Amino acid sequence: MSATLAQAALTAPQGFLSPSGVEIAFLLVGIATLGAAVMTVTTRQLVHAALWLVVALGGLAVEYLLLTAEFIAWVQVLIYVGSIVVLLLFGLMLTKAPIGRSPDADSGNRWVALTVAVAAAGTLVWVVVDAFRTSWIDLDGPAQGSTKVSGEILFRHWVLPFEALSVLLLAALVGAIVLSRKSAPDDTPGEASAAAAPGGRSAAAPGEPSAAAPPETESR
Amino acid sequence: MHLAYPAVLAVLLFCTGLYGVLARRNAILVLMSVELMLNAVNLNLVAFDVWLRDTLHGGQALTLFTIAIAAAEIGIGLAIVLAVYRNRGSSDIDRLRDTAEGPDPADPEGPEDPAAPAQKAEAAA
Repeated sequence: MSATLAQAALTAPQGFLSPSGVEIAFLLVGIATLGAAVMTVTTRQLVHAALWLVVALGGLAVEYLLLTAEFIAWVQVLIYVGSIVVLLLFGLMLTKAPIGRSPDADSGNRWVALTVAVAAAGTLVWVVVDAFRTSWIDLDGPAQGSTKVSGEILFRHWVLPFEALSVLLLAALVGAIVLSRKSAPDDTPGEASAAAAPGGRSAAAPGEPSAAAPPETESR
Repeated sequence: MHLAYPAVLAVLLFCTGLYGVLARRNAILVLMSVELMLNAVNLNLVAFDVWLRDTLHGGQALTLFTIAIAAAEIGIGLAIVLAVYRNRGSSDIDRLRDTAEGPDPADPEGPEDPAAPAQKAEAAA
């Protein structure tokens, strides 16, 4: 630890009060990211929450670029902004989320949640600032997260976890299909009552437009 | 760059996501807040990987793994939310209290949620 501190002291050309250009850029993008994140969790329009999430995740991609992790930044843009937010928007549409302001977007325990979040933020900020007061990141030299470096370390040292991760993705894919398909045709009493119970609302859901249709058309 | 910048930003993003998970009512908004928390962890991993100059770049590899696991999590989570919506006609997590240990079954809900017993009754029918 003392070696790390000494190295940090050697590679620390400036202090708090003379930020470099990359620090100013990081700070500005960080403020925008944090504002978008706060809007995501506080807005009352559900679709706007997903769109603010796009801003927050895009800001984080810029932060990765500023930290010279280039490949992570593009993966972030591709996967989070490109697929996960689109998936969330599809989920909002399939569950018939109200367009416009919904007055009950926050539950009744939001003040307890706010207290917990502010207490956790205060404690963690205090601990982190106290711990890394004298630590500087040396961003000079070759980029540490370029696509070449990432590919080399991923397929040279991390091949086995990578393959295990592909198995996990396959399992998640199969699990999502199993969860979202209709039940078997011999379960028709349970299925009929479940479909009729919410007052026809689920029968008109756009994902399953023919809940009253014969089940053979949907369960493959 | 000072290490405190990315660390403090990650802390604040994590706590924003924590507030969202605790305070939101819609299940899909809770999933969005979980994504914010995972992204805060990713920012920490990248920052510490660049700081420590790890030769294996374990932080960046773990970040890629976290992104993939987040994609799997959001797929499974949305499938569960859609299944619950199809069965119950609602995706409000405040109303999904069938397994709650209420002290009094005559008054299981708060005063802000008067439609919940009827919802549960017709879901159980």
